[in-house]
Amino acid sequence: MEIKILKDILGANEQIAQKNHELLVSNKIFAVNIMASPGAGKTSVVIQTILALKNKVRIGVIEGDIASSIDAETVAKEGVPVVQINTGGECHLEANQLLNALNNLPLAEIDLLLIENVGNLVCPAEFNLGEHRKVLIASVPEGDDKPFKYPLMFNTVDAVVLNKIDLLPYVKFNVVGFTKTVKNINSKAEIFKVSCTTGEGIPAWTKWLTDQIKRR
Amino acid sequence: MHELAITQNMFDIVLKKAEQVHAKKVTKINLVIGEMTGVVSDSVQFYLDFMTKDTIAEGAVVSIKMVPAQARCRNCNRTFEMQEYDWTCPNCQGNIIDVIAGKELFVESIEVD
Repeated sequence: MEIKILKDILGANEQIAQKNHELLVSNKIFAVNIMASPGAGKTSVVIQTILALKNKVRIGVIEGDIASSIDAETVAKEGVPVVQINTGGECHLEANQLLNALNNLPLAEIDLLLIENVGNLVCPAEFNLGEHRKVLIASVPEGDDKPFKYPLMFNTVDAVVLNKIDLLPYVKFNVVGFTKTVKNINSKAEIFKVSCTTGEGIPAWTKWLTDQIKRR
Repeated sequence: MHELAITQNMFDIVLKKAEQVHAKKVTKINLVIGEMTGVVSDSVQFYLDFMTKDTIAEGAVVSIKMVPAQARCRNCNRTFEMQEYDWTCPNCQGNIIDVIAGKELFVESIEVD
């Protein structure tokens, strides 16, 4: 006997994500889910963002990693509240983990929450956390073919930050082609070209972020 | 890689429904999965075999209906199947498209005794 179900497999996660969103909104927090492959520079972008904005908005950070608290310790040096989530093997953050982390942050003291997801271009795209915006950090050494290989991720995000542009003279990377491919997959996505080493492009990225917070 | 979480969620949905209808055994689980989700069907079956041990779903077979990635061109309204390396409209070469299929991920039905 066949029984119809027609139920979304990620429905449970979606429900908790909705709760998270309500919790964030009620605390007037703007949350950004930052995703990238390992080594693209998520933590560096988080730190550059803190340095650029910490006198303008009160920032909190959630660090997602399979193991270790290295990233949380690095970010904590900047003097912002940070919570580390260790997923213990899972390759992405889920909404219930974010809920636990939110319960461990001083929410009344945060305007902008930066959520650094687990380094992975596949799985995090599927799991909404309740954030306001999704941002993907790509980087020059990864190659310009990543949008072809991970279209769902590139299609899901509101902005793409291309990091490590200071390496362009040394690496074969077609910026025009990359930009065109990203726009093909996601015409809405804003694209920022930055270097966390030289600081180039960071003001454009943080200006966009500030505008998004105002708009929310 | 996220098949473990997906399979766990799927299994929760299946067991709940099976209990509701007082099923003695779940023999088949029919899933609908969009091509863009990147879910690997072999992994789903692999995890499911572990999870279902000593449950009424032990031995259940997973059947997956794959949905190809489809887009609609905003310029000429043509619907087309997206190819891996080409998301351009084959009709007008437009670049602004909306993804209209390929992100599905749901349990369509179960077969029970």
